Amino acid sequence: MTASSSLASRHTTTALICAAVALGMVGAAYAAVPLYRLFCQVTGYGGTTQVRAEAPGAIGERMMTVRFNTDISSNLPWSFEPPPAPVTIRVGAETLVAFKATNRSKRTMTATATFNVTPDNVGIYFSKIQCFCFTEQVLNPGESVEMPVVFFIDPEILQDRHFDPLKTVTLSYTLYPVEDLAKKKRPVKLAAAVPKPIQ
Amino acid sequence: MTAQAHAHGDHDHSPTGWRRYVYSTNHKDIGTMYIVFGLVAGIAGGILSMIMRMELEHPGPGILGGDDQLFNVFVSAHGLVMVFFMVMPTFIGGFGNWMIPLMIGAPDMAFPRMNNVSFWLLIPSAILLYTSPFVGDGAGTGWTVYAPLSTSGHPGPAVDMVIFALHLAGASSILGAINFITTIFNMRAPGMTLHKMPLFVWSLLVTAFLLLLSLPVLAGAITMLLTDRNFGTAFFDATKGGDPVLYQHLFWFFGHPEVYILILPAFGVISMIIPTFCRKPIFGYLGMVYAMVAIGVIGFVVWAHHMYTAGMPIDARAYFIAATMVIAVPTGIKIFSWVATMWGGSSEFKTPMLWSIGLIFLFTIGGVTGVVLANAGIDYSLHDTYYVVAHFHYVLSMGALFGIFAGFYYWIGKMCGRQYNETYGKIHFWLTFVGVNVTFFPQHFLGVAGMPRRIADYPDAFAGWNLVSSYGSYISGVAALWFLFVLFHTLTRGEKCAANPWGEGASSLEWTVPSPAPFHTFEHQPTIRSAAGGH
Repeated sequence: MTASSSLASRHTTTALICAAVALGMVGAAYAAVPLYRLFCQVTGYGGTTQVRAEAPGAIGERMMTVRFNTDISSNLPWSFEPPPAPVTIRVGAETLVAFKATNRSKRTMTATATFNVTPDNVGIYFSKIQCFCFTEQVLNPGESVEMPVVFFIDPEILQDRHFDPLKTVTLSYTLYPVEDLAKKKRPVKLAAAVPKPIQ
Repeated sequence: MTAQAHAHGDHDHSPTGWRRYVYSTNHKDIGTMYIVFGLVAGIAGGILSMIMRMELEHPGPGILGGDDQLFNVFVSAHGLVMVFFMVMPTFIGGFGNWMIPLMIGAPDMAFPRMNNVSFWLLIPSAILLYTSPFVGDGAGTGWTVYAPLSTSGHPGPAVDMVIFALHLAGASSILGAINFITTIFNMRAPGMTLHKMPLFVWSLLVTAFLLLLSLPVLAGAITMLLTDRNFGTAFFDATKGGDPVLYQHLFWFFGHPEVYILILPAFGVISMIIPTFCRKPIFGYLGMVYAMVAIGVIGFVVWAHHMYTAGMPIDARAYFIAATMVIAVPTGIKIFSWVATMWGGSSEFKTPMLWSIGLIFLFTIGGVTGVVLANAGIDYSLHDTYYVVAHFHYVLSMGALFGIFAGFYYWIGKMCGRQYNETYGKIHFWLTFVGVNVTFFPQHFLGVAGMPRRIADYPDAFAGWNLVSSYGSYISGVAALWFLFVLFHTLTRGEKCAANPWGEGASSLEWTVPSPAPFHTFEHQPTIRSAAGGH
């Protein structure tokens, strides 16, 4: 009897350890969501741009062209226009451009944007000082706003031979509604579940 | 608990009628139910694949009328059925349940009641999956269920049903894995150390760990899909701040170990069969064991080789190429050890041995095309073409499936007490061997020529090899019908099988009990003397 009850308790121990491992892996899958975002912010993976307080000033003769692209969620009845033309800038130079958003709906709406750069391994060298995507935009019906982005291309890119042939970078934004989600049936839960934009 | 089991055994009490199966806590009965379940799923998945090949037999609309969504519903159902309802239940639930307790000298699994729950969870899971194609437009997402196609491209409930089916199948497999790990660690007969366990037991142990670590990640990922679809979360929706590539990472963190979950038990089965029919111990037992462990470990750090074209920095690609190719090393150790076991053996080419040699030969072809695909540069051209289809069918349709048939012919006498007819078995092998090769070898050519997967039609330039491939699948279909006949013949007309029909080469413990194995076995633990375990 002692032998069999000790076997049963060994079974229980093994099974509980296994169950804990399985639950831990479910947790790890969910932990992957914030960890993946953090990983992208730190490494610039997936074209995630960086945030800096100020530009180091123009360095070197290297010029690069930055093009702009805008997409808009089908749930957001706004228009969203990129700056009228690509800009050609000196690496390291602080640059200001403006995107224009107009609320075409008949109610006040809030939106924010996700963003990345292409080629996506440039993300680590593409730094923003100011961006409308850091905050949420509230527009009344018919209202338009010019949304500024202040950015520079990090001069450290000159040290990376992978980018020697690079002449053009594309900065892309996707504008999406924030408030619509909060207005659904379970506002608290849903609002909390919407991941905050990457900064 | 053990005392109770003894009381049962003393009266030789076994339940009868439907209660015997529905309430079953007996590892042999549950194993049999799993095998029948896998057989039904195999037929269903096989019919789906034949209809796909009929659609693709000629360019232009075929039996499905060139309906791409319908075609993709078939593709998705075929993949999910074969992976979750054919290979996994047959190998792990079927052969694993039947043979693990017998091979380690245990009276049953550690948690017999949980074993029953594992099996019966599969039934609602299968019902959900089998009925999903008939709901709305069906789930045409592929077995990968990638977002955003699965989140915003399929508004109907079919994809939700597939997600719930995967939840249930995953829960079933996790419970099964816990059961196997507990049984193997705690219930081995005295004298059977870990390094004396038969290789099939080792393969199931590694498989159980892979299930335990990878399936919860799939469960998490598809739960996120479910909430994205129905409850307004935005894990994978880029227009709400999510990232669809994250789903691919999570899926393949599960998906890559999953392919080893499918193939490792096949490695275990033929590691039992080859020594049996060559009448000598397996070459390099410890190397075989740790090669499997190494495949399991490395299998967790190579997942992004499925995502080269999803956008990845060159350094990450370089890492995943190198790590993927490293897997060829332990796999090579296994292949060479099987060949070395056969070398100089007094070999008997009975049906299980034919399937095993066929597996080694064809799995090696699939492994070589795998090394080709591991190169990100080449993969840019071959990704999502029929070359990939040919590759994974060589390792699974011929690797895992040949392993299942090898195990079936090896153990059917032990399981039902009647031996198959040797000639009929060999006919089955050769029909299948020709059928699957004619089906899948031409798909390499189609893939290199650029024919994409998951599309119901193709340009006329691909017509020739598609016709050959379709005819090959009809040969495979005939082989499957022949197998059903062999099964029927064995169960009704098969000769009585001795306790050990294979002779001295078969040294593992399941051959020490009578055939068919009695309802209760090893109520008194056998003692293992030196080297009687696996080799």
